Formats: sequence, C-alpha cells, structure tokens
Amino acid sequence: MNNDTFLNLRHIRKEFGGFTALQDINLDIRKGEFVCFLGPSGCGKTTLLRIIAGLEVQTSGEVHQGGRDISRLPPALRDYGIVFQSYALFPNLSVADNVAYGLVNRKTPKAEAAKRVSELVKLVGLPGSESKYPSQLSGGQQQRIALARALATSPGLLLLDEPLSALDALERVRLRSEIRALQQKLGVTTIMVTHDQEEALSVADRIVVMNHGLIEQVGTPMEVYREPASPFVADFVGKVNVMPVRVSGGQMRFGALCLPCDGADREAKIYLRPEDVLARPIAPGDAHVFDATIEKIEFLGSFCHVHVASPALGGHKLTVYLSLNFLSEQSLQVGSSLPLKLLPERIKVF
Amino acid sequence: MPVFTAPLPATVRQRAHWIDHIAYAALALAALILVVFLAAPLLAILQQALLGKSGDFIWFDNFIDYAKTPALLESLWNSLWVSSVVTLVAVPLAFGFAYALARSCMPYKALFRGITLIPLLAPSLLSAISLIYWFGNQGVLKGSMQGLGIDQIYGAPGIVVAECFAVFPHALMILVTALTLSDARLYEAADAMGTSARRKFFTITLPGAKYGLISAALVTFTLVMTDFGIPKVIGGNFNVLATDVFKLVIGQQDFSKGAVVAILLLAPAVLTFAVDKYVSKRQTAMLTARAVPYRPTPSRGYDWVMTLYCCAIAFLVLAMLGMAVFASFASFWPYNLTPSLRHYTMGLVDAEVGAGFLNSLKMAAGTAFFGTALVFCSAYLLEKTKGMDGLRGFVRMLAMLPMAVPGLVLGLGYIFFFNAPDNPLNGLYHTLALLTLCTIVHFYTTGHLTAVTALKALDGEFEAVSASLKVPFFKTFWRVTLPICTPALVDIARYFFINAMTTISAVVFLYSPETKVASIAILNLDEAGEIGAATAMAVLIGAASTIATLLFMALAWWVNRRTQAWRSGAR
Repeated sequence: MNNDTFLNLRHIRKEFGGFTALQDINLDIRKGEFVCFLGPSGCGKTTLLRIIAGLEVQTSGEVHQGGRDISRLPPALRDYGIVFQSYALFPNLSVADNVAYGLVNRKTPKAEAAKRVSELVKLVGLPGSESKYPSQLSGGQQQRIALARALATSPGLLLLDEPLSALDALERVRLRSEIRALQQKLGVTTIMVTHDQEEALSVADRIVVMNHGLIEQVGTPMEVYREPASPFVADFVGKVNVMPVRVSGGQMRFGALCLPCDGADREAKIYLRPEDVLARPIAPGDAHVFDATIEKIEFLGSFCHVHVASPALGGHKLTVYLSLNFLSEQSLQVGSSLPLKLLPERIKVF
Repeated sequence: MPVFTAPLPATVRQRAHWIDHIAYAALALAALILVVFLAAPLLAILQQALLGKSGDFIWFDNFIDYAKTPALLESLWNSLWVSSVVTLVAVPLAFGFAYALARSCMPYKALFRGITLIPLLAPSLLSAISLIYWFGNQGVLKGSMQGLGIDQIYGAPGIVVAECFAVFPHALMILVTALTLSDARLYEAADAMGTSARRKFFTITLPGAKYGLISAALVTFTLVMTDFGIPKVIGGNFNVLATDVFKLVIGQQDFSKGAVVAILLLAPAVLTFAVDKYVSKRQTAMLTARAVPYRPTPSRGYDWVMTLYCCAIAFLVLAMLGMAVFASFASFWPYNLTPSLRHYTMGLVDAEVGAGFLNSLKMAAGTAFFGTALVFCSAYLLEKTKGMDGLRGFVRMLAMLPMAVPGLVLGLGYIFFFNAPDNPLNGLYHTLALLTLCTIVHFYTTGHLTAVTALKALDGEFEAVSASLKVPFFKTFWRVTLPICTPALVDIARYFFINAMTTISAVVFLYSPETKVASIAILNLDEAGEIGAATAMAVLIGAASTIATLLFMALAWWVNRRTQAWRSGAR
C-alpha cells in the first residue's frame, strides 16, 4: 500500500447480474487532490463513485481510505460528504437546517452549529439565505447549499456526482470554478464524476478517463489531452480528425503526404487535433505543407470549424479551427483554397 | 472421477450498521403481519377446499362434488351473466361521463364528478334498498316497470340496476384517469392533417383509453361478481356465488363447499389483477414525460349534449340517493309519508344499532390509524431501505395481493384460520381488533400504492445523503419523509376510514353480537323485514362518511398549511 496516497482502489470489480459494470479498477488518489472520473454514460464512473461511498457494494476488490480498509463498511461508518446531480436537499427544511443536518446528530452545541452554518453559507457565496427554503433558490444556489451541507462535518473526502449536469450553461461554468476555488482553499480530497470533458479539463488535477468499466487513462488534463493513451481517449477528450495510414520503413503515408513514424510496418490510424493543423505561420520551404480547398464553414462565433479537402489527403477530409478574423482577412469562403501545415510531433498513431 | 472447479472469488458483502438491523427487523415484522393476516387465511381456504368432511386430503373431490350440484352451478352461471351485463351497461355509461369530464368544456365539472362519487360514501347496498322503494312490491314506479314487461324487481333485474349504480363511480375514476392522460400533440398533428372528429376518436382517443377501458371492465366485472350486499338485499330467490358462500358456510356449515366457491370467486379477481398489472405497465410506457396535456376547446352543441347526458346520469344518482333519504324519514311507507325520526329511533334504540354504530366508528378509526401507519411504514421500508432483497420481494408481492382478494374470500379465510381451535391466535376471533385487521388487509393495496407513489416522488438520494452525514434513517424518516408525505397520509387514512365504515363483505363472517358493526346491522334489519330502519342506518353511515370526508379534507387543508409551507416557495 502506498503511504503518500489517501484513497486506494484495488482490483475493484462490479457485476450487475450478468453485466460487468467495472472490471479490475486500480487507482490511487493523493491527499488534497481534485480527481475527475470522465467517461460516456454507462462507463461505470458513477458506479465507482458509489462504491467509494459505500452506496453500492463492489463484487470484489478493496477500498482503503486514509490507511483504513473501508471495503465492507456501510456508508454511515465512512468519512465523506456527497453532492448529487439532483441536489437532494430536504425540501421541507430551511437552508440552515439542511446545512446543519449532519451537525445536529453529532451533538454539536446549538450556538456552535449556527456559527458553522453561517460560515458555510458564506463560504459558498450565499450569506443570509439561512431561513429560505430550497424551492426559493435557483438550481445553482441549491447546489451550493448541497455543497455546504456536504462540507459541514469537515469530511476527509468530497464526492461530487455530476453536480453541474442539471444546471444551465452559464451557471455551470460559474459554479465549476467556484467548486475548484473552494476545494483548493479547503484542501479537501475531491472526486467529481462528469461526462463533460471541458468541465474535467478545467477543474481537475488529474482525470481518470473511463470506458466500458475500464480505466483508459489517468493523467493531468494536459497529458490526457496532448498524450491520449488510447484512441478512445483521443476521441472522447476534445475533437480529433481520424484517418487511416500505412506505416512502413519508419514512415507513414496518407494521401500524398509522408511523415516520420516509429514502429513496425502496419496499417494504422492517425489522430490529429484540428488546432494542430496550422494555417499560419507558414514560411516558404516549411515541411508538411499542402494545399486544401474549403468545402464547408461551420460558424461558431470567434472560431469556425472549417472542413477542407485536398488531393494531398487522398479522399479524406479534415476539420481545422480557423479564427473568424483570419477567414475575413484572407477573404476565405467555401471553394477558396489555402495552404495548411501539419505538426508531425502532435500526430498520434494508434 | 471427482470434478474440480476453480473457487469463485468471494462476493464482498457490506457489514451492516446496527441501525440497518432496525430496518431489517421492522421489515420482518411487516412481513409477519402480512403472512399471518393475509397469506395464512388464504392458504387455509385452499387447505379447506382440498379436505374432506373428516379432514382427510381428497384432492379435487370437493370441486367435482360442486360441479355435480345443479343448484350451485346455476349460481355460477347467474353470477357470470349478471356481471357481464352490468359490465356492458355500466362501463359505456361511465365512459360517456368520463369523456364529458375530460374532453369537453361542460360547466360544473366538479359538481358532476362529486355527485357521481357520493355512492362511495354509503354501503353499496343502499342502491338496492332505494330500488325497492322505487320498484319493489310497494314501489312508486312499480306499474311503469311492469308496463315495460319486467314482472318484479327482486332478482336479476334489481341486481343489475343496483350494481350499475354501485360500480359506476369505480369505473368512472379509472376512465377519467385514462382519458386525462392524453397527449395534445397527437390531436394537433391530426388537426394539421385535416382529420375528422370521428376518425380522431377512433384512431387516437379510443386506442389511448384502451387500457383504461380494459381495466374498468375487469374491475367492474370483479366487483359485481364478488359483491354480497346487493344480491342479499334485492336478489330474492336469484342465487349468485357470493350469497352461496354465505349460505354454505353460515347456514349449512359446509366449509369445504364454501371454500370451493371462494376459490371460484378468487379466480376472476386474480385474473383482473394479472391483466391490470400488465395493462398498467403498457399504459405508463405509452405516455412520455414530454407529453402535453389535452385541453378541450369550447364547442356549443357538443358541450350541450355532454351536459345533458351528465345531467341525466347525475339525476339518476340523486334520485337513487334521494329516495333512500326520503324513505328513511317517512313514517310508514307507502301509506304515511309524513316525515318522522321513527326509523332512526327504531334502528338506533330498539334494534340497538347504536352500539353497532359506535363499533363501526371505532373500527373505522382503528383502521384509519393503524392501517395508515402499517401501510406507510412498510412502503417506506420497501422503497427507501436496502438489503434483504428476498424478503423485500416477498413483502412487495403480499402488499399487492389484497387487490386480488375479494372481501368475502378474505373473511372466509379468517374464519378457517382464526377459528381453528389449535391456532394460538384463536382468542382474536370475533374481536373488534380482528375486524379492524381484516379491514386493513382488505383495503391494503390502494393505500400501499398511494404511499409508494408519494415516496417515489421523493429524491432517491435522501437516504444516501443522510448516511453520509451519519444521520440514522429513522431520523430522516421523521424529519423529512413523514412531513413531506403528510398529504398522502391523510389521503390513505380517509380511504381506510370510509371503506371501514361501508364494508360488509369481509366482516360479515367475523362479527359477534358484541362486535356487530353498523353495515352488518343493516343487513340484519333488512333480513328481519325492517327495511325502513335498514334504510335509516344506511343513510346514517353515508352521513357519517360524508362528515368524516369533510373532516379529513379540513385536516388535509390544515396539514398543508402547517407542513407544506416550503412548497409555495415559488421564486
């Protein structure tokens, strides 16, 4: 067992009837870390979180928290606070009673509990809302109260089960940065489950990318984005162009292009991020430059997704990101052609 | 040759918190109550049906005996055809009424609905008594009836008409629900394509209400098949299964044959239950959460026709009720119609129904209180606690079972089970406590479903949050679940109370002179030829139920104000 880690998952396996939801999950989480479980729906991320919480029981495997084996402990004997997508605030209790719900049971003196409540409500940015009922608050405010309730007993671990999914887009972005700031301030080890890759990239210290009950990759947001460990990760995190290539003699070929590539001769696929295809700066004599024709422009505001075709690519199409300013500066439109440059070091081959 | 298999990796089992053991124990207690007061009596019937006179096991000989008794077979046939006729008459009538309520801009909808639901407040045999005043030997309209070629009301004609009135509100409630659950977008799409009203009715409305119609028909059929009060009062010499059971068991003490008839009565009810379960699954699947509720648009002629139709039905219901009330105050029907309280004093004082009335109130209060507590706690344990999955499924099944058991059959089971000399619970027999328990079990399922619906509407993570905050489940039950569910609790209590006041079928086997309840007293008075007093007592029960309903409504209003303040927190 690793001593500088706070939470250890060992060979966690979960079966529902004949369906295997998780197979052999191993993971170490350090104290004070913010970890995101990221994956499509049905990948087992929520199941894994619920196993850590003791709300589901793993079929086999162990969970250790703070050096203590909690594998078989019921939820009430574990040490965590949890926030759900649905907020799960008690609707008939005021904000203060909700936040104090766990304090009352610990025989905290009334005055002290009230002090702690107002402290927490202030911490989540809703001072003065103690006497309101949850239904008088917006979704984002309710989730902040749920967060305060989960933190009231100062748990060693904070579990967030898709806490932002029920909120509208603006509120989601605002609350996620607040959660991150709060987590850094309190230093509480936090696990957040999400299917939104942007959310995971923006808040996490490390991301655990999951698919089909398996961990595909564990890494910092930058690692996961720049160095995806599998085609699934490359595809799921961020946008990517996928094209088949032939690798032979230390080189890969697709269309008329030829780029250096290690490894045995094989048929493979390249994964290329749209932003890694450059329209500028291109100096005369640069390598891996080809001419492309614009087939479609998808206007998305400051940036456009531009779909291009090129004889150099054979029959394949690429999507590249071009700024609106660049398009109008060069008076590019559907049918125009422009030179594009590939960055071979950014291309992933699987 | 020995076969070696690799050992399977042991499945991890969570250690139970001591608090969880409380939940397990409570669930086991609920299971025990349902086994003793539901499963065991039903098994006793089965056992009785398979035993011979000397208590030996004789397989199906009792059934064969039954099939060889022409008089009994005739009752079976009578029950079947009467139930079918009532179904064919009452369901279409109720459909028309429900259609007017759900799909027209008819005025005074609440009033119309309220009037047709009044019969639920009195024992079902009230309609039979009324019919006797209208068409009986000294009936007001006897002549016109005979003009129609019907010789006398006693027998099949009376049963059919009285049952139509008795089952109408039941069928109506199902059909109103079915017709209200409709998607306006389908009608908008049809309008956009220029579909005729007729075609819309046959391609959208009817298919949409199909399951409701099936369900209403089955419920009606079963209610008529298993009803005891109406055939007893107006059946004359026309025998049906329900009256046969009573005669066989109470009159002839032929328990084996009685048990056979009980099983015959159980058959359509079980069938109804199975079909209804299947149907309700399909119905919910049909309607998505995104459906837009249908809003009828005013249409002069059509709304008028619907209003007239509903007026006609409401008039018939009121005529039925009004006659009973009127006759109960008449000094000496039909010769002296001056109002007097003669029947009331005679019923309450001379026939000592007063005590029965008190018993009824005690039983209704007990049923409402203990029934609601039992139903709600069991539903909570089933829905919101975890573990003991085998027992959980078993209790769930038992909770749904009473819906499929006619009261008469349940009562019979209670005799067989609790009257057995070697049963340690024998002391309960004939007590008000057993009557109360029997009534709770009899009406268990509806209360259970109401509780489950209310509990399912709560966030499923309340218990998880509580556990993470180390708050025991019973504390959350007390502070959160119970306060939120109080409107449902009041609803369940009201349902139990009203049904306990008006029920006859289950308790008719279980009372003793000391524990006779008012609804049974009516039957006895009627049997003794004291129809005036019987009517007065039926009206009195109806009045008591009405007052109780009003009190429950007031309670609901007060509870709402006290505990549901958080709901009105609109931003």
